[in-house]
Amino acid sequence: MRIVIDLNRCQGYAQCVPLAPTVLKLNGEEALMYNPNPDDSLRQHVLRAAASCPVQAILVDRLDEPGGKT
Amino acid sequence: MKKSALVADLVAEFKTNGQIVIVGASLAGLRAAEALRDEGFNGKLTIIGDEKHEPYDRPPLSKQVLKGWVRADDTLLPRKRKVDAEWRLGVAAIGLDRINKQVRLANGDQVPFDRLLIATGTRARPWFNPKEAALNGVFTLRTSDEAGRLQAALAAKPGRVLIIGAGFIGSEMASVCRELGLAVTVAERAEAPLVGALGGVIGDIAAEMQRDHGVDLRTGVSVQSLEGDAKGHVRRARLSDGTTLDVDVVVASLGSVRNTEWLEGAGLATGRWGVACDAGCRVFDINGVVTDSIFVAGDIARAPHVLYEYQFLVLEHWDNAVFGGRVAAHNMVSVEADRRPHLPLPAFWSAQFGVNIKGVGVGPFGDEIVITQGSVKDRRFAAAYGRRGRIVAAVTFDHAKWLEYYGAMIERSAPFPPPPPGFDQANGMKPIPARFPDPGVPTGLPDVVLTGHDPTDRGTEYRARPR
Repeated sequence: MRIVIDLNRCQGYAQCVPLAPTVLKLNGEEALMYNPNPDDSLRQHVLRAAASCPVQAILVDRLDEPGGKT
Repeated sequence: MKKSALVADLVAEFKTNGQIVIVGASLAGLRAAEALRDEGFNGKLTIIGDEKHEPYDRPPLSKQVLKGWVRADDTLLPRKRKVDAEWRLGVAAIGLDRINKQVRLANGDQVPFDRLLIATGTRARPWFNPKEAALNGVFTLRTSDEAGRLQAALAAKPGRVLIIGAGFIGSEMASVCRELGLAVTVAERAEAPLVGALGGVIGDIAAEMQRDHGVDLRTGVSVQSLEGDAKGHVRRARLSDGTTLDVDVVVASLGSVRNTEWLEGAGLATGRWGVACDAGCRVFDINGVVTDSIFVAGDIARAPHVLYEYQFLVLEHWDNAVFGGRVAAHNMVSVEADRRPHLPLPAFWSAQFGVNIKGVGVGPFGDEIVITQGSVKDRRFAAAYGRRGRIVAAVTFDHAKWLEYYGAMIERSAPFPPPPPGFDQANGMKPIPARFPDPGVPTGLPDVVLTGHDPTDRGTEYRARPR
């Protein structure tokens, strides 16, 4: 699944990190690093992480079909 | 029929049967395509991109990808919705015929349009000597293909990496090299890293940060030549201070070149600084007359900005591509009275050496800086830039939560130095010169540039002589 995080909006609350720790990590105290293409099996974790973001900076792909580029 | 009904009919007809072409299949182009469909455009939409990839995100390339955590081809952008477009990927646009309203492609095809969005962005500025640039082990970083090749070279544990240019990308790459345990030299022509964007006061802090993390930072020097071995692999660099360096990987991180060459001869206001447009993303022609059907968004859009004395501003920032693409899309399918301006408050982020550096506004527009919050020693602070008693920009190191506070002040042109914040005040709060390099000095170009008041930008335009 594809995700992108608006790191202008991100303020480093890091609420998302414990909800999907293999996808989202802090580098230092505030800089968020993430995997933009986590495995589909992590979908529920990633969706929960996205929902937890106080500034709603995590965008998750809205297309169900994989790779659908139309 | 009433005039308003007639106009509504024309809009409805265009939204049903019109043809829109987007040149540039990256962040701005994709978000514009999605916005067009959101706006109810049901006509034919074509997206042209010179890379073979679907739109992908670039910021991870110099961080997660180089580190080896994320694969270079794993940064494809998520989609907000279906765009039902015809994708022409892997083929570059090479010309624009405004009379017949067609985009000419490298394979000879002509793609007709009613409305055109230019979003061709930038490419990495290559190493100036083509023979040296062609040596194995010499890289630039802009595309995911380039990132993939550079990542493989770093994973092979080279003896020493040389990064030429200490802007944001160069500094991020140096940070990754240190995280990978690689020996790295950074050569920067200016007095410190990041000076083009943030000035010498912050540059000194960035320099200290690099050295604390084991970077061999050399400032005030330029790299004069690269030498290869018998197999054509780069092995040595000669610096302007007379020293030589043994290196196995060299990355030229010299800023960007705007992809405007394909518009040469189209009579638009294009040049070194990009494509000039009005606040509504409509492109100017060479005489400063605004066009009705050609729009521009992203890294190459150059628009006058109300916060910066209406100078034309170019912004190589992620959210400028997102919001610019959206506004351009809206205006492409709207009548005059419904058009919106794209007036972004510039904002950026960079992660390096474990510190989150973020900024708002245009630092180089200012000439003074004041540390307002936190502590420079701990590298957790906020600072504001001022010009003639007005706050024009702010930067934070691991203080991102405060950026909005400064952004709001910049938007209303609040006084500088700003009133002391109610929390976490820095010692002294005395404004000092921000030490930006003279704009004429050839150093690392900042990715935000105020480019004057001339829409046609003739002073810096290269125009090929007709053969």
